[in-house]
Amino acid sequence: MLLQQIADGVATGAIYGALALAIVLVYRASRTLNFAQGELALLGAYVSWQLVAWGVPLWTALAISMIALGALSAASERVLVRPLVRRHQPLPLIIVTLGLMIALNAVIGWAWTYQTKEVPALFGEGAVTVAGIALSRQDLGIAATVLVVAIGLGLLFERTRAGLRMRAAISAPESAELSGISTGRTMTAGWAIAGAVGALAGTLIAPELFLHPGMMAPVLLYAFAAATLGGLESPPGALVGGIAVGVVENLAGSYLPHGSDFKQVVALVIIVAVLLVRPQGMFGRREVVRV
Amino acid sequence: MSLLTVEIAAAGYGPATVLHEVGFEVATGGRLVVLGANGAGKTTLLRTISGLTTVDGSIRLDGTELVGLAPHRIAGAGIAHVPQGRGTFGDLTVRENLLVGGATRPGRAAAADADRWMERFPRLGERAARPAAGLSGGEQQLLAIARALMSTPRLLLLDEPSLGLAPKVTSELFSTLDELCGETGTAMLLVEQNAELALGIAETALVIESGRITVRGSAAELRDNDDVRRAYLGV
Repeated sequence: MLLQQIADGVATGAIYGALALAIVLVYRASRTLNFAQGELALLGAYVSWQLVAWGVPLWTALAISMIALGALSAASERVLVRPLVRRHQPLPLIIVTLGLMIALNAVIGWAWTYQTKEVPALFGEGAVTVAGIALSRQDLGIAATVLVVAIGLGLLFERTRAGLRMRAAISAPESAELSGISTGRTMTAGWAIAGAVGALAGTLIAPELFLHPGMMAPVLLYAFAAATLGGLESPPGALVGGIAVGVVENLAGSYLPHGSDFKQVVALVIIVAVLLVRPQGMFGRREVVRV
Repeated sequence: MSLLTVEIAAAGYGPATVLHEVGFEVATGGRLVVLGANGAGKTTLLRTISGLTTVDGSIRLDGTELVGLAPHRIAGAGIAHVPQGRGTFGDLTVRENLLVGGATRPGRAAAADADRWMERFPRLGERAARPAAGLSGGEQQLLAIARALMSTPRLLLLDEPSLGLAPKVTSELFSTLDELCGETGTAMLLVEQNAELALGIAETALVIESGRITVRGSAAELRDNDDVRRAYLGV
């Protein structure tokens, strides 16, 4: 029973982790929290749904949605975010991402109405039983997809020159610029990847939650909890944090009295607890400066 | 034929003007040292050449106008800048730091060059896969210079490389610098407080006070200049 609950939490947790990863990528690129990350993911889910409704195969629809949202995210960085980052205005920047969140949500409601839509599961129905634990195909598929994306991004960052440029720009922006690296371009790239990963998260979770304009609000909260837990600067931390939050959320829902009412409180408790006990998160490092 | 031609009417940060009427040239393969007290505008001068300030005037590298270009384009044009504090990428490994220096060059050439630097400086080679933040100050300065030379620049800008280093480490560093620029034919624009060592490896020199050039001449002339001796050589 307990193991079953944990297994159930891992798949949703992987999605929280994916959205947290998008938050972390943006934070690393622009030192800001993108509150519109959830609504960008939501828009990705709607784009996927719309394409499927028009007869596009589901996986093709997902790919198109990821590319489209990557482009939109990059464009919003270029137009809305960059001027404020360059002028070092963190507060207006947060207000801009909040505004983008509200605007995107309104546009989505206007374009697709507030009625709930059903999204086909990407990995089909049915379950596989392993050692007495029933794992749905959907959950297995989600976990595997997120894992593949995570490994792909890991290779991009650690093994390619483009990835090295991005890490250099994050580590010491001015030095990177003096070494001939366009930090503007690496920033935009970070946002583009975040947009695509977000669209993936939105499309993966839509069949579980049913697609409606309020779908991503609680998911964004869990993703923020996951990103905080993992350390805001660590992509692996975001994924591990996401799975931890997913499992804890699921256990709280099952074992606490009135647990399902308290699920979102769990996310807030995690955020507050991490900030009090270990503000840099599990995978974050304290800055060590040596002269 | 001069490599770098600087004709700055005014330069600074937004409304705050730091440099006034600063003009000079650096010859191809030449070595110019800029002396001056703290706050005189030496760092601002280097940052202006690299495109990190607002400037009114003209700065040309081999005839190409640099004013108005983004810093990464100026770097791409052939100017490498070792900033004050060395600008180390602390969480990247030593090898990655070198590769970042070669970011504007083809991947294979950069990788081969990184290996060459690590052979040349075994202290860097031994720590190739470790985060650069763990290096000592002298090693970081060496790494910063190697990183800058990874781009095979025509002009190397150095902002107080001796800062925070022990005297023995500093003098080793300067002879390495002398050697490297000699081998590669790279021109050097060096900003220093340590006038003794800097004048030792330079050909020409300037003194900046309150954002203006007050003395200029050959390195030997400046070493014999009484005002300069009193102010910067401590004799």
